[in-house]
Amino acid sequence: MTQTLQRPMPVAERSVPKPRRRITGGGLLSVYTWLIMAWLMVPILVMIAFGFNDTKGRFNQRWQGFTFKWYGRLNEYPELTRALLLSLGIAVVSAIVSGALGTGIGYALGRYRFKGSNTLNGIMFSTISSPELIMGASLLTLFVSLNVGTGPATITIAHIMFSISFVATVVRARVITLDKSIEEAAADLGATPWTTFWKVTFPIILPAVFSGVLLAFALSIDDFVVTNFTAGTYETFPLWIWGSSRMGLPPQVNVMGTLIFAIGAVFAIITGIRGRRGSRRAG
Amino acid sequence: MNRVKRQLAPYLLILPGSLWLLLFFVVPMFTMLSLSLQEGDVVNGYRFTFHWQTYVDAMEDYRTQLIRSLIYGLIATVVLIVLAFPAAYWIAFYGGRRKSTYLFLLLLPFFVSFVLRTISWKQILADQGPVLSPLRDAGLVPDAFHLLGSPAAVIGGLVYNFLPFMVLPIYVALERIDPRVVEAARDLYANPALAFRKVVFPLALPGVFAGVLMTFVPTTADYVNSEVLGGPETTMIGQVIQKQYLVNSDYPTASALSFVLIAVLLIGVFAYARALGTEDVMKVAAR
Amino acid sequence: MSASHLPDPSVIRGLTQRRLGRRDALRMSGLSALGMALAACGVQGQGAKPAASAAPDAVAKFWTGKTKNGHVDFANWPLYMDPKKPELKKFTAETGITVNYQEVIQEMGPWFAKVQPQLAAGQPIGYDLMVITNGIQFSQFRDSGFLAPMDHAKLPNFTKNAAEAYKKTAYDPDNQFSIPWASGITGIAYNPDKIKRPITKLADLWDEAFKGKIGMLSDTQELANFGLLANGVKPADSTADDWEKAAEKLKEQKTKKIVRNYYDQSYIDALGRGEVWIAQAWSGDIFQKNVSEGSNLKFVIPEEGATMWTDNMCIPITAKNPLDAIMLMDFLYQVPISASLAEYINYVCPVPAAQEQIRKDAAAASGEDKDYLESLADSPLLFPTETDYAKLHYYVTFATPSEQQEFQKTFEPIVLG
Repeated sequence: MTQTLQRPMPVAERSVPKPRRRITGGGLLSVYTWLIMAWLMVPILVMIAFGFNDTKGRFNQRWQGFTFKWYGRLNEYPELTRALLLSLGIAVVSAIVSGALGTGIGYALGRYRFKGSNTLNGIMFSTISSPELIMGASLLTLFVSLNVGTGPATITIAHIMFSISFVATVVRARVITLDKSIEEAAADLGATPWTTFWKVTFPIILPAVFSGVLLAFALSIDDFVVTNFTAGTYETFPLWIWGSSRMGLPPQVNVMGTLIFAIGAVFAIITGIRGRRGSRRAG
Repeated sequence: MNRVKRQLAPYLLILPGSLWLLLFFVVPMFTMLSLSLQEGDVVNGYRFTFHWQTYVDAMEDYRTQLIRSLIYGLIATVVLIVLAFPAAYWIAFYGGRRKSTYLFLLLLPFFVSFVLRTISWKQILADQGPVLSPLRDAGLVPDAFHLLGSPAAVIGGLVYNFLPFMVLPIYVALERIDPRVVEAARDLYANPALAFRKVVFPLALPGVFAGVLMTFVPTTADYVNSEVLGGPETTMIGQVIQKQYLVNSDYPTASALSFVLIAVLLIGVFAYARALGTEDVMKVAAR
Repeated sequence: MSASHLPDPSVIRGLTQRRLGRRDALRMSGLSALGMALAACGVQGQGAKPAASAAPDAVAKFWTGKTKNGHVDFANWPLYMDPKKPELKKFTAETGITVNYQEVIQEMGPWFAKVQPQLAAGQPIGYDLMVITNGIQFSQFRDSGFLAPMDHAKLPNFTKNAAEAYKKTAYDPDNQFSIPWASGITGIAYNPDKIKRPITKLADLWDEAFKGKIGMLSDTQELANFGLLANGVKPADSTADDWEKAAEKLKEQKTKKIVRNYYDQSYIDALGRGEVWIAQAWSGDIFQKNVSEGSNLKFVIPEEGATMWTDNMCIPITAKNPLDAIMLMDFLYQVPISASLAEYINYVCPVPAAQEQIRKDAAAASGEDKDYLESLADSPLLFPTETDYAKLHYYVTFATPSEQQEFQKTFEPIVLG
């Protein structure tokens, strides 16, 4: 008797309700993951804690008591403040410009098929996966060969360069899932492609563009390696920290780091909540 | 006219961005290549003489650092896979409605500047810091023992700083797995371990590959972790390149070393892609 | 007979047609264009002309038309001025010129590499006055034409008060581009709480009893001198062979795991933290550290010899406020100002009259301050005597750029490797 092996029919309906997954389901795995998250937070907590350390001057290594005073003395090191402001300025410019350039690329790649899209994809992939060291070093050789000099302009150029691909990737992912029929409806109603884009498409992809811009901002403000090669004697916030860590980091650095962290976290939480509410409303 | 405009549209859209990438990513690679073959010094200028001897000298002088960087990168990547996979698995399969919250918690520490995080670790692991002092007082470690400056500290820093780059791709791949596929495996009398080995892990492999791409390359080329947490015995090729550019102003050697590093990284990535099957490379690149 | 015995027309076509298609031609021209592009990417040298001495009218050319702007941006090394900056405050009170003092220089190599692209492009670096050490980078600055020529008509105090030796240095004869800030001695610093026996020799830096607790400087010139002196070779007479042997000796510290790390200015932090117990060190740093943090570090000039260097004030050629800068430079050569500076920084003072001034301050002071000031006035670390100078050596100097490159290539791998 030949027995043919038949695939058992997949059980479509379960008569017994599935046990609900508890938050702490997975036992050992959940403990492990929480441990990992805790380990990731350790240096952050140390940084925040030492922003409250009652120490004299720049020797902020040993705990000497709790104080809020550093939060009031943020501007004690004008060079540090200047570095922070430079970082913020460059980040804003970089986010806006790479947002614009990246959106263009992302939209084109997601919406159209055209010759050269593969090469463009390849270049974008290279900028995302290239080590920062190589990108920074090659930019330095460019500026040195052209005798252009280094400074805030070259830093901004570099930041825009590596942010474009990130923005483009985010926008493309959204554009690919775009429903073309909406654009076609607008065209049927007599709208020019230009009007269609700005009045119909752009508002729809705006959240993705916004995420891309935020991502570019975060990448720029945190960047160290590429900036190190293109900054010359100018200092951004990470560069100042790097340069001063040899002589001791003043508590103001911890305070600023804490504030940036808090603002970033709050921002992300708000965007997350809005996003969830939005998707819930959209059903 | 509209037809032409429609055809031109994508090219116009990509024009400014592509120009920027061309000028500031592609062209610099060529200037770096050119510099690597030039001779001279920083005061009197360099001239292009196709001086490939620079490459030979550079590879000879810094062979140890190149190999060491590869080893550190490999170890860090493997450790990352081992550490990241369970966490990604738990969030993907047990996260339920709070998946994004857990991911957010995982990414939260990275809102702090990477330099600040690494320097914080330097404070924590310092000889007189909160980890070693109590151990030393309790007599558990000898007086001259130090964590900073050891390969463990450097690799630890690399793993710490690149964990999200491994967790996220694996999570994305795992999240896409239809749970019914796992159920089907169970129905076929597979125990959890077998289901994992034969069903879940192969489906997660593209994510692992993406993660490896996002971590092997930057960890091998890193210099911040080894500069802050390392010592003279842990020098990585990234530090050598950085110093040749920014301390010795020896642009030809620095550029030559950069290209050697690029070549090494490309070989590593393609070897791994080969082992995995080339479609995965394309899939990842297209994402 | 069919036409089959005739060769295939396509073969004939293939034999006679041009081998080079359009695509090939494009590709080849592309390659040659690439080759030309690569060759065109030259880096302009600034020092194509032998700029070892400034042209006679260079001074006039630079200084004509420069006005007083009321501000100076001053780049210096850490531990070179009292944090309360009394001398700068006096300067502002006297002249109305504000000074922005930044301790941004930690090591000569990185400082040169940082400002070189900007200066080569004719860009201001954000500083009007900088202090750079005599040595390889000083020559690089000078030969690249990055230093403004000194106008000695504007430096009367310097002419009056500086020691003669500082007007005839080998690295900048006649002070064409710089005037000294301070000289210093590279010796050995150690923590007597951790190291129980007295330290007197360079050989102590190779002592395996201090395994893993020794710090060396990362500057190749500093390392080379100690390696040469440890081998009994005078840096001024050293040959490429001596360099190799010195490099071997220095590598011993690594292979035997004696050295903890190579430091720039941050060695003083490492000593303070206990990361190292004994280090190659700069003379004045230790005393300032002891004063500011109550530590107990000691500094010694080793028996085999030590290194002496001079840090010099220079004005970068693209400075925005050179006139204000040169006024500050001259102000610092007033005897009481120079003495006050030396009293804090504890480095070799270029103004001999300051010694008398310090004795006067000591007489006017009382108690601890009096003892301290008196010890300063007699200290060989501020006012070395002839016998002291006999033990002190300058950095190795080079006749040609290729010699210098060979030197660098001999010692760089020690730090980088």
